Amino acid sequence: MQDVRDALMLARTSQGKVVRRPLSPHLQVYRWPISMALSIGHRISGVGLAIGTLLMTWWLLAAASGTGAFRVVQNFLGSPIGVLLLLGWSAALIFHLASGIRHLMWDLGVGFDDGAYRASARAVVAAVVVATLLVWIVGLAVW
Amino acid sequence: MNTSDQVSIRRSMLGRARGRGAARAGFALWWTQRVTAVALVPLTLWFISAIISLESASRADVAGWLHSPLALALMLALIVATFWHMAIGLGEVIADYVHGEGTKLAALLVVRGLSVLLALLCAIAALRLGL
Repeated sequence: MQDVRDALMLARTSQGKVVRRPLSPHLQVYRWPISMALSIGHRISGVGLAIGTLLMTWWLLAAASGTGAFRVVQNFLGSPIGVLLLLGWSAALIFHLASGIRHLMWDLGVGFDDGAYRASARAVVAAVVVATLLVWIVGLAVW
Repeated sequence: MNTSDQVSIRRSMLGRARGRGAARAGFALWWTQRVTAVALVPLTLWFISAIISLESASRADVAGWLHSPLALALMLALIVATFWHMAIGLGEVIADYVHGEGTKLAALLVVRGLSVLLALLCAIAALRLGL
């Protein structure tokens, strides 16, 4: 027995034999309601953004170190791979932001009512699509 | 497994739970994550607009942008809030999914160390550009 929580899995049969309780089905068995997808999406986008901070660090360091180094970053970010990374980064950032505001509302005790959390989940998805499109329309227009 | 095994497991369960104690410092982490989250809402919106305005910027443009005390202050605030929030968030993910105590400790130390290092690098770069 490795984990102290395993002790909770111990039980006795009617014959008095000690057995492990059966586990309930795991994630892959259930269909994915929107709130479940958003919950894991918040974590995944958070981890993705942590990787994205490397891009921000590179950009700032290159700018601080010199013209040549900075031109390399700017060219990379303008390349197809760079644009793809920026697209993923901006979508992850906007998603984590919108979903994070939803979490902060819950911390205030707001939005737990039946239906309210589903409505806020749909609002998050809609806000992410609209805001990401808006950022890229403005971004490409300015470019 | 016989009955005495079961009893000793139940005793150690209580013992370990007592050994772990209440959250105490855990609450400070939870609260810091919320405080940085609230700070990051306006800071992130500001950063996205700043990035858009710097799309085809030269190094001199970036330096000029950070030369404004307000922009430099906001950038430093963004750096501190981002990496602090990141360290706590990644720590939470590691605590949930990494099960071996040794690997967990190593992963947490790496995340903490990298977060501090990246934050320092970003802050020093921003200061060098802006000052």
